[in-house]
Parts: sequence; structure tokens; C-alpha cells
Amino acid sequence: MIELILRRLGGALMILFGVAAITFVLLYALPADPAVQLAGRSATAQTVANIRHELGLDQPLLLQFVHYLGNLVQGDFGRSYTQKTEVMTLILARLPATLILMVTGILVEVAIGLTLGTIAALNRGGFVDRLVMTVSFVGVSAPQFVVALLLLYVFAATLQWFPMSGFGTFSHVVLPALTLGVLGAGWYARMVRSAMIDVLTQDYIRTARAKGVAERTVILRHAVPNALLPIVAMIGIDIGQFMGGVVVVEAVYGWPGIGQLAWQAIQQVDIPIIMGVTLISSLAIVTGNLIADLVAPLIDPRIRAR
Amino acid sequence: MTHWLHRTAIAGLMALTPLVALADETPVKGATIVVTYKDDIATLDPAIGYDWQNWSMIKSLFSRLMEYTPGTADLVPSLAESFEITPDGQTYTFKLRKGVKFSNGREVVASDVKYSIERAVNPKTQGPGAGFFGAISGFDDLSGGKAQSLSGIETPDDYTVVFKLSRPDATFLHVLAINFSSIVPKEVVEAEGQDFGKKPVGSGAFVLKDWVIGQRLVFEKNPNFYVADTPKIDGFTVEVGQEPLVALLRLQQGEVDIAGDGIPPAKFLEIKNGPDAADIIVDGEQLQTGYVAINTRVKPLDDVKVRQALNMAVNKERITRIVNGRATPANQPLPPLMPGYDKDFKGYAYDIEKAKALLAEAGYPDGFTTALYASSTDPNPRIAQALQQDFAAIGVKAEIKALANANVIAAGGTEGEAPMIWSGGMAWIADFPDPSNFYGPILGCAGAVQGGWNWSWYCNKDLDARAIAADSMSDPAKKDERAKLWGTVFTDLMADAPWIPVFNERRVVAKSKRMGGPGNIYIDPTRVINYDAIYVKQ
Amino acid sequence: MRIAREFLRRPTAVFGLIVVLLVVIGALAAPLISPYAPDEQLFDGLTLEGAPIGPDAVFLLGTDTLGRDLLTRLLFGARTSLIIGVVANGTAVTIGLGVGMLAGYLRGPAGNALMRFTDLMMAFPALLLAIVLAALFHPSLWIVAMVIAMVNWVQVARIVYTETRGLVERDFILAQRSLGAGHGRIVFKHILPHLMPTAIVWGTLGIATTVLLEATLSFLGVGVQPPEPSWGNIIFESQSFFTAAPWLVIFPGIAILLTALSFNLVGDALRDILDPTQRGRM
Repeated sequence: MIELILRRLGGALMILFGVAAITFVLLYALPADPAVQLAGRSATAQTVANIRHELGLDQPLLLQFVHYLGNLVQGDFGRSYTQKTEVMTLILARLPATLILMVTGILVEVAIGLTLGTIAALNRGGFVDRLVMTVSFVGVSAPQFVVALLLLYVFAATLQWFPMSGFGTFSHVVLPALTLGVLGAGWYARMVRSAMIDVLTQDYIRTARAKGVAERTVILRHAVPNALLPIVAMIGIDIGQFMGGVVVVEAVYGWPGIGQLAWQAIQQVDIPIIMGVTLISSLAIVTGNLIADLVAPLIDPRIRAR
Repeated sequence: MTHWLHRTAIAGLMALTPLVALADETPVKGATIVVTYKDDIATLDPAIGYDWQNWSMIKSLFSRLMEYTPGTADLVPSLAESFEITPDGQTYTFKLRKGVKFSNGREVVASDVKYSIERAVNPKTQGPGAGFFGAISGFDDLSGGKAQSLSGIETPDDYTVVFKLSRPDATFLHVLAINFSSIVPKEVVEAEGQDFGKKPVGSGAFVLKDWVIGQRLVFEKNPNFYVADTPKIDGFTVEVGQEPLVALLRLQQGEVDIAGDGIPPAKFLEIKNGPDAADIIVDGEQLQTGYVAINTRVKPLDDVKVRQALNMAVNKERITRIVNGRATPANQPLPPLMPGYDKDFKGYAYDIEKAKALLAEAGYPDGFTTALYASSTDPNPRIAQALQQDFAAIGVKAEIKALANANVIAAGGTEGEAPMIWSGGMAWIADFPDPSNFYGPILGCAGAVQGGWNWSWYCNKDLDARAIAADSMSDPAKKDERAKLWGTVFTDLMADAPWIPVFNERRVVAKSKRMGGPGNIYIDPTRVINYDAIYVKQ
Repeated sequence: MRIAREFLRRPTAVFGLIVVLLVVIGALAAPLISPYAPDEQLFDGLTLEGAPIGPDAVFLLGTDTLGRDLLTRLLFGARTSLIIGVVANGTAVTIGLGVGMLAGYLRGPAGNALMRFTDLMMAFPALLLAIVLAALFHPSLWIVAMVIAMVNWVQVARIVYTETRGLVERDFILAQRSLGAGHGRIVFKHILPHLMPTAIVWGTLGIATTVLLEATLSFLGVGVQPPEPSWGNIIFESQSFFTAAPWLVIFPGIAILLTALSFNLVGDALRDILDPTQRGRM
């Protein structure tokens, strides 16, 4: 087990290096010049050249990358082009909001997914099962930005149950978390359903039932724990998704998370920020996948055997 | 030889006179207000900040030698008490106001002025505004890395600053009023390094109290500010990350006082036709022209007849309708508020038949195919589509490329790349209210270079010479003559049609009902929102 | 035949298929049935103040912010969504199939290298990558399709890889090998046919993902270029009109939802039917 983890950690490092290299090349190949962008409309050619030089953009790409990696190894993500602030400071400032939305969003997903999945599994093949499965598809098929706009309009602007925008109190997080959670819960519901059906058709459950063990006990003792493992695996994947990928929800609700930081940086060709956010998101994805992979052997004995 | 002396006692008094409040309004003491923006505030370092959100905040955090009377484009001494200009227009001597303090308690002295301007020019600062100081002697040495200071700035004593220019520059007083000329304390800048932009210290009307990155900035009144009775509010909080639509809904509910990004088109009509319109909407002209840059170095746009035909093809009335009438059709590069604007100039009238005839004369009776670049932020792709339809009416098929601003700017600054560019969303309003600012970088030869902003790649040596002549007329007495000279530069260049001036966009700000004062302090020609002057009414 | 029969027994799948067919017909017949040209900015399509017009007898679904007929734009937008859905997802499945099969069949260092590469691609934040790629190449319909393919092939590759590894060790493949069959023959004659169910299922399910991603990219302004209508960029262009003209968000929103849902329902049914081991599970 420890050997496996070490091997996976080594692999993860290689992957992060690859992500850094590819992103770096992509960003500097962008048909946009950060120096021109920073210098603004009234700048002279000399000013543009000076800014380019000070940012090190006049050096060969490989040298720039080596330089970047050198700093990165020391935990230095560099400074933002437009803000001049350290990228790490900017990311850390937005991390709490991102984490809160991630945790609440996943909680909503799990709560809805576990409930619907269990209901569907217990009614396997019946009308309720089909209904739940169809509804779960409606969730994952709905465009996030439309749902976000609608929720905002109905519950914040019209009914005024929740604040429209911002961050700070519990009521602020409700709508963004619901948008993410309700739409993502479909995958959880399906996963839970299939895991529970797996268990419920096992011989020992039939035996237990035959022996007269209460149905509630069967479900809580055997079926639900078995469904928890795939949920952990899915959470692992979601952590990665939510770290860098909630640009749309953050934008609609004015949520001060990492997604907004990245989106604004892309607009301004603020390469150090884009690099930083990409690497942090990749780290989260790799970690999440690692969790999912480590949990996998616990679920399926066939994988454990390998 | 008589020394022309410009004593500015009267002007100095004007700066000290608080803006007269509207007759029936009394400012409430001790009020604080909430302002919202969508984008995070990048930096409050005056040598670096160069977008329209931080522009007005930097104005209020720092002081400068020169300033504008609130709501106008009238220059007055500010940190300077008075100044003198020699008749050759190449030496400016400023007397500083005594006893002005930075918010860290230290007095502002002449060496701070020298340090601040050298810092703005120094390549190490990475400041975008260095070029504005090009007229100061020694600029090339500092900018080129050959010197560490500007030989043209001298400080004979703590309260006197002398600027020596290498050429007369009629815009120099304006230059001393732009943000890049803000006075910063050396010891704080050196202690904070690049973080100064997040922890600014100045001597302006407000002090930055708190900054929660990505959420809000809290500004507090500077009790020691040297202008009497200013500011009129105890502070303001800037909340960022707020969608304009959301900000407006909050404003209507009383949670927000000023929606910094203006009013989204839909809401504009709704509010304009609603009962509160007069209390909520401030609608005013700004120093802005929305234009299509036609690349004079791309075939077949290199033919002046083709460019004239394109000018005649655009139905500007219809385009102003798409922005819900929040703009006025334009016919020349200068906006109406700018000195030199020629109100008798007619430009190219909308005339499809004549446009077709011109195209036929140029050898394109069936039109041609080209491309139109535009910023991908709303409403610019929509305006580009309206332009596209107008061009199609004379047979010109323009493919739209709606890209992030940075990509459009890069394409515009690469020779032969972008045939046409719609400027909306990128070309900012004027840096200072002087016509020269509308020429050099965007229409003059100096801007027609790799990475430049003269996206028409238009270079007319004759006009360049006239521009230099106009900018040498630094005697304020010749102000009107100079403006007229500038005006002819812009109307004459329209004969070559490097631009299609489309409209002058008005700025529309939404404010809560309790905000008082005249509209022009919310749409200040040099500041956008003038935080120093706005107030809450009883 | 069995497949068709089983498919028709599922009401949700039939519903999905009908909607998919309607969307396809609407897209194909758009020039015939739509009342206007898709980029025609009608003079009476805007009020004098420049506001869009709500659904009425002339404009069944109202007009957009440039005075164009929304119904027409939605019909032509279906073309965009379907073209991108089919092309982008087809490319993604093809790449995924190729890489996954090759890696699973070759194994060894070459196979390993391929899988490490897919791991690397998995580690990219997908939406950020798509936005950066879309900015890198000036976006157009085909570029957007390729960007989405670049982001989406990875999942397919991993699934195909796992399946191929299973297949390679099965008796009939080993038998072919011992009979001296060439690699090409084994891969194309014996492995590929067994992967077809997976390809078909992902070819359908993936369209739903693709339609959503295209809409999101267009919503962010880095998708299909105007005036080409896409359901995403219709919403992008009119989101500031949301409170005053909700039809401009709701109708395209419903179009996206129904299309993605239908492809999901059809794909899900196909998975159930084609892959007996999965039956009743996911």
C-alpha cells in the first residue's frame, strides 16, 4: 500500500511537471502580448520594450520556463503582471471562498444523490426508479449558466429569500451551492443506485432477509456503507473539478473564488496567475484522482486482487 | 524680452473652494457609501494602475501638483500653490503647499515630487505611463536605462520644484495632473516594493483602510486633507465581483449607492421609463469616440475610395439604437466636449448609393471579403454584427472576429493583420482632456509600429508636423488658436478616412436616490466618479 | 432487431429519440421552415428604443437584441449545436478509441507512455484548458469543435484502454495470435468490433456533454463567432437583457436542456442494451 502511494506520488509529480510545461508553452504562444496589454493605449515603443524586458519576456522561452520552474520549486509562483502582487497571495485570498463552495456543493450533491439513489435502488425497475433516473439526467443535462440565472432571478431578485451576490454569511452560499449540487447530484444518484443494487442482489443479503432481519437494518448496515465508497471516489473527482472549473457559477453569483480570478487573468493575459491557478487545479485533480484510486481497491475485490 | 508670468492665485483659490452644492441640498455628515464593480481592482499603485475602475480611486488616494475643478476639465494647482512658466515654455517652477502630510504623517516635500515622477518613468517600475513625461530633460536616459534620475527635475529647496523640458509641451500641465504624476512617499514604496499597489500611502482625500482581495476595498476620509470641506463623505466601500445586473437590482433595494459599471441595456430602458429615473440615472457625455479603425496597409482598404465608401455605408443612427440611444452619432475623431471639436464639420453622410459608386470606381463593383475584429465583451459583438450588416449592403463581406481584448490589441498592433477593428471596449476615454491625446498614439506615425495602438497604420507626415507645431504652443494665451489648429488636423485626416467615427458614447451611471450633487461629479471628464466631491443628501 | 425492440420498450429512450429526431429535422430544414434569414436584423424587430420584442404573432418566440427572429436563430443554432456535437464528439471518440486501443494492445513502454499522456490530459482543468485553447486559436465553429474534442477524448481513451486490456487476454485473441495473425488483423478484425458498443454509447452520451460545453464556451464569449447563431451565444448576447427579456434566455436554455437530456436518455438506453454486464447498473 505504501509503495503504491509513493509510486502514485511520483507519477503525480511528473504529471504536474507536464501540466506546467504544456500550459507554459500554450500561454506564451497566445496571439497576445502581455507587455503591449500592460502598456496601454498611450505607451511609447520604448515603454513597451521596457516592460517586456522587466518581465523577462524578451528571453528565450526555454530560459523563461527554467526560471519559472526554479522559482516554483521554492514555492514561488511569481507575481501577477497586472496587479504586481504575489500569485500565491491572490490564490490564498480566494481559497476560502472556493473551499466553502466546494464543500457545500459536494454536500448537496451527496445528500440528494444518496437519497434519490437509495429510493431508486429499492424500487428497482419500477416507475419510481425510472422517474428518479430520468430526473437525475435532467439535472446533468441542464446548462449551469441558465439555471444559475433563473435561480438568481426567482429566489434572490423576485422573492428576495437570499442575497443576490457576495460572500460572507450562510445565506450567500445557498444559491451557488444549490446550483452546483442539484445539477451534479444526478451522477451521484446513479452511482449510489448501481452500488446498492450490487449489494442487494448479493447472496448474504438474501440470506439476511430470509432470516428475517429488518429491511431497515439491511439497508443501513449493508447497502448504504457499500454505496459510500463510490461516493468517496466521486468526491475525489469533484474536488478536482471544483477547484478550477466553477467559472460560470462564480461569475453569476459574484462569488470571490479562484474561477473568477482565472477568468479575469485570461482576459488580461496575466500569465503568472493563469499558470498558478492551472497548477493548483491540477494538483487538486491529481489528489482527487489519487483518493479515488486508493478507494477503488476497497470497493471491488477484483481490483484489490491486482 | 518680457517674461510672461503666470500667477495662479485665483486658480489656487478655486481649488480650495468646495464645489457648490445644489441649492436645496445639504450634505449629510458622516455618511459612508457602497460602490460596486464587476472586475477586481488590479492595483492602486499610481505609477501602474491604468484602467477606468482604479483610475478614480487612485485620484482620490493621492495628490498631484495639478488637479481639475470637480466636474470640469479646468486645470488648477493642487499640491502646488502656484507656478511659473518661462516664455519659451521649457521651464516650469512650482511652489508647493506647506504642511501637506502623507497618511503616514510625514510632510510632502519637493524631493517626493522628483522621486515620484522618476519612479513613474523608471523602467524597473514597469509603468505604462512613462511616455507621458517624454518632454522632461533626461527622459531618454532614464527610460533607456542610462541614468537613474531625471536631470530635468530640480529641487532647490523643500517647497520648490523646477521642471526643465527638452521641447515645449502644451500638454505638460495636464501631464502633471494625470495619475502617473501622483506623489508617493519613497520610504513606503521602498519598504513595500511591488506590494505598494495593495498597500498604498498617499496624501489625497481618502486613505485605504482595508482590502479583502476579491471582495472589497474600504476607503476612509483623510481628516488632514488640504482642500477644505473635502471629501464630503466619511468613506466608501468598493465591492467587487458584482455583475452589473445584480448590482443594479441591489441598488434599487438600497444596498448599493453607485453601480460603477453603469446600467445594463435592459435595465436602462426599464428605469428610464420608470418613476425614479431622474433620481437614479446620471447620463452625461464623456471624452470617448467609438470608431472602426480601417487598416490603410491592407488591400483593398489601402484605397482611400474604399475607406470612404465604408464610411458612407454605416448607419450610425441604427447602431446608436442598439445601445439604446446611449450614444450620439459621430463624424470626426474628437468627441464634442474636447477642445478643437468642429461642430460645423459634416463628415461622411450615410449614403449607400454613393458608397457603391465609390467602390465601383475603386474597381470593386461587387464588393470584397475582409474581416472585422471586435472585443468579445457585450455589447461589442452586437455592434460588430450591426456594422457587418451595413457593410454587406454595399457588397463588403466582413467576417467577425470577436476575441478577448488582448488578442484584438495584439492583432491591431501587428502590421497587415487586422483589416478592420471596432474599438469599443478597448480604446479608453482620453487620458486627459486635450486633443493631442487623441492623435499621437492612435492616429500618428509614432503609433503605427509593432505593438502600437494606431490600428489604422495611418501615417501622414504632414499632419504629424502640424501636430508637433500645435503641441509647441504652450502659451496658455494661445489656447484657442491651438485648439483650432488641432481641430483641423482631425477634420483634415478624415479626407483619408482611416477611421469610421461611429458614435460618442455617453456614460450612464446609476446612483441611489440618497446620493446628491450635480451629474458631472459622477461622470467627471477626468475621473469618472469623483469620490472627493460626491455626497449623501439629507 | 433485438436492440430496436428493447429500445422501444423504454418510454424515456423513445422520448429522447423523438426529441433528437425533431432537433435534427429542425436543423436540416431550418432554411425551409424558418420565417427569416438567421442574421437578418429586421428594422421592426426592435422597439424604437432598441429593446427586443417579446413573443407575438409576427415573431413567435420574440426577437433578440439586434432585432433578429429568435425562432429562426434557434433553428439555425440547432445546426451549430449538432455539427459541433457530432464533429467534436466524433473526433473525441475516434482519438479516444485509437489511443486507448493502441495503449491496451501494445502495453509495454509504448502503451505505458500513451496512458501517462492521457493521465496528463486528465489533470488539466478542462474548462480552463478549453478557454485558453479557444483564445490561442481564434475561435470559429471548427476550432471550437476541435477544442472540445481535445478536452473530451481522454475519458473515452481510459475506458477503451481498460476494455482492450481485458480483451487482449481473452482466449480468442490468444488463439488468433498463435495462428500467426498480424497485429493489424487482430486489432481491426477482432478487437475493434468488440469495442463498438462502447464507441456507440459514448458517441451518443458524449454529444450531451459536448452540447453543454459548447454552450458554456459561447456563453463566456469564447465560442462560436457571431453572427453564426449558437444556443450558447444567443444567451451570451442577451444575458444583460435577462430581466426585461427573459425569453432570450429561457428558450435557448430549454433547447440546450432538451437536446442534452435526449442524447443522455438515448445513450443510457443503448448502454443498457448493448452492454449486458452493465445492465441495470448505471
